Amino acid sequence: MTAAVLAHLVPLVAGASAVDATTFAVAALTVLVGAAGVIFARNPVHAALMLVMTLFGVAVLFVEQQANFLAAVQVIVYAGAIVVLFLFVIMFLGVDKQDDLEHDPLRGQRPLAYVLVGLVLAAMVVLGVTTHWDTGARSVAGVARDSAHPQSDVAVLGKSVFTTYLFPFEITAALLVIAVVGAVVLARRSAAEAQGDDRDDAEMGEDPDGPGTTGSGGPEDGMPAYDGDVQEVTS
Amino acid sequence: MTSPLLATDPLFAHGVHWPELLIVVVKVVVAFGALLVAVMMMIWFERKVISDMQARIGPNRAGPYGLLQSMADGIKLFFKEDLIPDQADRVVFRLAPYLSILPAFLSFAIVPVGGFVTISHHTFELQVADPPIGILFLLAMSSLSVYGVMLAGWSSGSKYPLLGAVRAAAQMISYEAAMGMSVIMVVLLAGTLSTRGIVLHQSQTFFGSWNLVRTGIVPFLIFFVAITAETNRPPFDLVEADSELVGGFNTEYSSLRFALFYLAEFMNTITMSAVVVTLFLGGPDGPTAHVPVLSWLIPVGWFLGKTLIFLFAAVWLRGALPRLRYDQLMDLGWKVLIPVSLGWLLIVASALVWHWWCLVVAAALAVLGGLLWRSVRVGAARMADGDPAGGVVVR
Amino acid sequence: MSVDPKFYLALSFALFSIGAVGLLVRRNVLVMFMCVELMLNAANLAFVTFARKLNDVGGQSMVFFVLVVAAAEVVVGLGIVVAIFRRRRGATADDFHLMKG
Repeated sequence: MTAAVLAHLVPLVAGASAVDATTFAVAALTVLVGAAGVIFARNPVHAALMLVMTLFGVAVLFVEQQANFLAAVQVIVYAGAIVVLFLFVIMFLGVDKQDDLEHDPLRGQRPLAYVLVGLVLAAMVVLGVTTHWDTGARSVAGVARDSAHPQSDVAVLGKSVFTTYLFPFEITAALLVIAVVGAVVLARRSAAEAQGDDRDDAEMGEDPDGPGTTGSGGPEDGMPAYDGDVQEVTS
Repeated sequence: MTSPLLATDPLFAHGVHWPELLIVVVKVVVAFGALLVAVMMMIWFERKVISDMQARIGPNRAGPYGLLQSMADGIKLFFKEDLIPDQADRVVFRLAPYLSILPAFLSFAIVPVGGFVTISHHTFELQVADPPIGILFLLAMSSLSVYGVMLAGWSSGSKYPLLGAVRAAAQMISYEAAMGMSVIMVVLLAGTLSTRGIVLHQSQTFFGSWNLVRTGIVPFLIFFVAITAETNRPPFDLVEADSELVGGFNTEYSSLRFALFYLAEFMNTITMSAVVVTLFLGGPDGPTAHVPVLSWLIPVGWFLGKTLIFLFAAVWLRGALPRLRYDQLMDLGWKVLIPVSLGWLLIVASALVWHWWCLVVAAALAVLGGLLWRSVRVGAARMADGDPAGGVVVR
Repeated sequence: MSVDPKFYLALSFALFSIGAVGLLVRRNVLVMFMCVELMLNAANLAFVTFARKLNDVGGQSMVFFVLVVAAAEVVVGLGIVVAIFRRRRGATADDFHLMKG
């Protein structure tokens, strides 16, 4: 829509249309600002929000690279489920206080971290620039876009996942089941603990303090059904 | 170059020029305006219907039949003092109302309101946007709508809103799964994610080819229950439960910000009713007649009529059902809706592949489900006896 | 014509580095988790970029699997965090040596 307007206005990067260049620039800025926000935000909830911002930027970059399906899944899974889970745990545990970013228990850890990551980044850039990572092999696992037979990315991706990558797909299914069972086992209380209190623990997040305070209520009061654990009724 | 997200719209088949741009802008403005007016009418409608059900009169002062009541309320809220609590997280507190209204409006963009219209050689769909991943866009938006509620509750810095926020997170994640599963069944049948494609796929015969019939009535019921929970409508309004949590997540809000939450809630109700119609009732599908210029209005009329049924149903539920308890809510989501939708998904998929042999699958599922149910019962009985290891008495 | 893949890769490098810094610097377990997500996203971005550059759907399939694994990882990780917080309030990553039996 705005494509036509912008196409005549801001030629930004050589070879790329102005719309694509602008979209990339805005999305990249969103990603970087969001990512910086995650590591510098003192409040975990703000960090989570910044994470959502980053994820959105990445989703936009996916759309920009014709991966519509992955962009949608990125928003649904990451922003819609994973970060909500983060926020839920933050609120439920009452750890939404300001973190102390100045105090450094391990002396020298921060400078060391910056140096290390700087080295890694430098190595990545050097490798990316100097080595010949593009071997010329194309479409090893299947063609993503065939200009002769245009197909939606959903169809192509679906075919790939359910044929070439069928076994990994089944494995991830097993992984998810294991994760769910693991989470239930981690989150459930033992029968002895459960004896003590009533059924009203389904009322979750008994945290008397609001944000900005160190929560002092308790996870001891009851566990949430945050990932759909089924133990509440059987106990 | 058109964005890949818009590639399927016939409007952009010949590239994007000023007329196309104009049409898009007009579509957006009209949709936004119509949605806002619809929200005002919906608030009036809900209050009138509820008061009829409770044998009272309801709003009748502002305008004929109290039609202007919502506008009066809006103006009143607009001029109220805007309060931010002392304990609040100011930035997030201000951000939250917009986070809740944005997905509510955006998800309406993919709903096909009518058929195709041609104005001076420009054929376009009566729908704001028709991305190829249409229905996934809806799921994405509905999964984002939880943020407004959660952050509003948290940032208020007060305990009842916080409880509302935590409830919202758990509730909306739980019902998202069942909702997605019932959408998958529709997508399986239609073979496309585009909402226009889904509607076209249902428009062969009146009623008979609607997904309501084709998928069996079960996915429709699951979807309807799930969206009622997703939009926090009664009887799933635990997020705002006024008798338990004062006012829930928006207790601390006043003035325009409160109005925005109110707006978002009703906008969500309208959008979701429209989505049910799109997915299961064929959208604007229905018998048409040939009227000279206005024949495009008939599908729109069908769409509005079908949507009105669900709007009424939403109000009806509020008038008729008491609010669920929290554990009942979770039980319904995780132990009824998700297993049933998984099983039904299996049946629908096998029906597509093996036709009548799907009955065998259904029978096998029934047996397995019965076994599972029995084992859960046995486990629960053992836990009640204080002997979870079992091996002793089984009732 | 879209932006050259080099820019996407550079962005992916930057995102990965920011995530790595956060993981090393922050002590709040939940924020550290978020930094891991940042790094996974950087990898995803690189995958999608290569999928476009090499016209290979394998890159996109990998992103699909990374998403699933990330979801599983978060579920178990947050489960562990909750379990630890039940024993000790306000735990940071420094307290996790308590897991040594």
